[in-house]
Amino acid sequence: MTMAVKTNTLTLVQAVTDAMRTMLRERDDVLVLGEDVGKNGGVFRATDGLQAEFGEDRVIDTPLSEAGFTGAAIGMAVNGFRPIVEIQFLGFIYPAYEQIMTHASRIRSRTMGHFTVPIVIRAPYGAGVRAPEIHCDSTEALFTHMPGIKVVCPSTPYDAKGLLIAAIEDPDPVLFLEPMRCYRSSREEVPEGKYTIEIGKGKKLREGDDVTVIAWGAMVPVAMKAAEEAAKKGIQADVIDLRTLYPLDRDLIAESVQKTGRTVIVQEAHATGGVANDIVSIINDTSFLYQKAPVERVTGFDVPVPFFALEDYYLPTPERVLHAIEKAVKF
Amino acid sequence: MEQQFPMIQVMNNDGELVMTEYREQITKELAMTFYRHLMRTRTFDRKCVSLQRQGRIGTYAPYEGQEAAQVGSALALKDDDWLFPTYRDHGATMTFGHSLTRILLYWRGRNEGCVPPNGKKIFPPSVPIATQLPHAAGAAYAEKRKGTKNAAIVYFGDGATSEGDFHEGLNIASVFQAPVVFFNQNNQYAISVPITKQMNSQTIAQKALAYDIPGVRVDGNDVLAVYFETQKALERARNGEGPTLIEAITWRYGAHTTADDPTKYRNQDESKKRRELADPIQRLERFMKREGFWDETWAQSVQEEVGREVEQAITEMENYPEAKSDDMFDYVFAQPTWTIEQQKNEYNAWKRGSIR
Repeated sequence: MTMAVKTNTLTLVQAVTDAMRTMLRERDDVLVLGEDVGKNGGVFRATDGLQAEFGEDRVIDTPLSEAGFTGAAIGMAVNGFRPIVEIQFLGFIYPAYEQIMTHASRIRSRTMGHFTVPIVIRAPYGAGVRAPEIHCDSTEALFTHMPGIKVVCPSTPYDAKGLLIAAIEDPDPVLFLEPMRCYRSSREEVPEGKYTIEIGKGKKLREGDDVTVIAWGAMVPVAMKAAEEAAKKGIQADVIDLRTLYPLDRDLIAESVQKTGRTVIVQEAHATGGVANDIVSIINDTSFLYQKAPVERVTGFDVPVPFFALEDYYLPTPERVLHAIEKAVKF
Repeated sequence: MEQQFPMIQVMNNDGELVMTEYREQITKELAMTFYRHLMRTRTFDRKCVSLQRQGRIGTYAPYEGQEAAQVGSALALKDDDWLFPTYRDHGATMTFGHSLTRILLYWRGRNEGCVPPNGKKIFPPSVPIATQLPHAAGAAYAEKRKGTKNAAIVYFGDGATSEGDFHEGLNIASVFQAPVVFFNQNNQYAISVPITKQMNSQTIAQKALAYDIPGVRVDGNDVLAVYFETQKALERARNGEGPTLIEAITWRYGAHTTADDPTKYRNQDESKKRRELADPIQRLERFMKREGFWDETWAQSVQEEVGREVEQAITEMENYPEAKSDDMFDYVFAQPTWTIEQQKNEYNAWKRGSIR
């Protein structure tokens, strides 16, 4: 199927907008709601122009009320709509945590499929943009631990659009995490119109036989930079962008770590209880006898994400990742 | 505030019609319908308490004393409306058409209890307090967006008004002008904490002022007052006039659940006194006698009929097919993720004995 599809050069945040515009056009049941998503176009302009095109009934400015509008979106979702909820920053999602944990993620299960919640919760996340405190959290593991919700985290414009459309079409709740640091850091050719990327599938960004480097979201460019530096030292790395954090792409991880026998996982979030630990479990379950070195994890620390004067010390850097790669290779 | 939000009574404790403008509307047939549902809900509730004592169902949340609030409000609904209950509102859900067998299954720890009969828009009971208010606002707003005349009713207790979701739900419904009735049963205790420690407000109805929506205070043990006020609120909702907050003042005679003992936190003489003075069923009986609607033989037959219905539901509950462990895996997502699939397969293999 090689049809010439028109593309546009978009940033990640523009690709997010494009995905929502595509689906608002395609389906009448799709709604966007959240704080400042209307005239203002969202604090990151992710909904820029959508209210003008689709009206106040479909792109809805809500009261400043995360639990309230997430709960209302659950009520709309069980009654025939597909709401896309914007949380301004992942660090502001906590008032809605109860709604997501006790309702959105388990209404299907509680009612044996009678009621379902096809909702997408979008949230920019992560540090490294000199944002105020609480605006920098990467607490994805609070949600990967939660049964009944999928967690998606793209790192590129192309993936962001395809995954967001897949999330909107998914019959179950999806938390869609957008790395703020990647919002405008690069551009990419993004096809016009509708296409999807399967939720639960990662992507190999680079081929190498010596070590596997696994990352997601804002850590993908960090991992790639480290892999390039490693190559200069003669170490060839497989780099995997997970793209989905629940369910993880077990097969892609297993295939790579069985080939390399050495793994470095790069995680922006706090170490304890993080997604990296679930990746270690997958390696343990699928590839124990292939391992030539202990799995290395390069992570944030078990401290609150610091104020931005200290955030560069907190965030994994290419240097720290390179050190871990060398440690794994030399083990 | 108590003057601004007077407690509306259509009949007083003696069963005397005090708002005589309703006389025409209260036919013998309507009174008989109320009575039958009140008897049905009370019979069911008492039976559940004894089933719990016998170990035939799990921990149970009784509502005895609150029947008029639940029956009166649920009878005001139309078939296509939505109902968002808590765990103490199965008197309302069964009146609205939920299956008694399924309600019993819920208390027997079965998910089937959350599945309403086909076509009935009854949400599963909310266990986290007040979280269902935003759902009702959202579902009601969805009806408005679809251009229907359907409304939603959402039940919650006095304690729920202290939660953030109460205020967020009312605010969103008010901003969206959603067709929803917020139906508060003020039974004056949140487990052991009395209303005086719950809030410093004189009434719950006054909280509607903050959201510029109608706030109504009714005698929750007066099935007539509850019915007519809920009907008016639903009419406003259907006519595009937005949400209403109703405070129905009532009293739970017994425990919060079968797991607690109310004598530890309150003098149960109060329950005895209220049962004698203001019981919702006796009050309607007095009213019916005054109005010449009462027939002892009929009342006896109602008691027998609802008793048989409840017994039948218990039999169905106890003969229900055993719960299958696969059920816990199969409904989490439309398509199970590989982790769930793997866990299910490994567990089943272990159960079959094929993993040693």
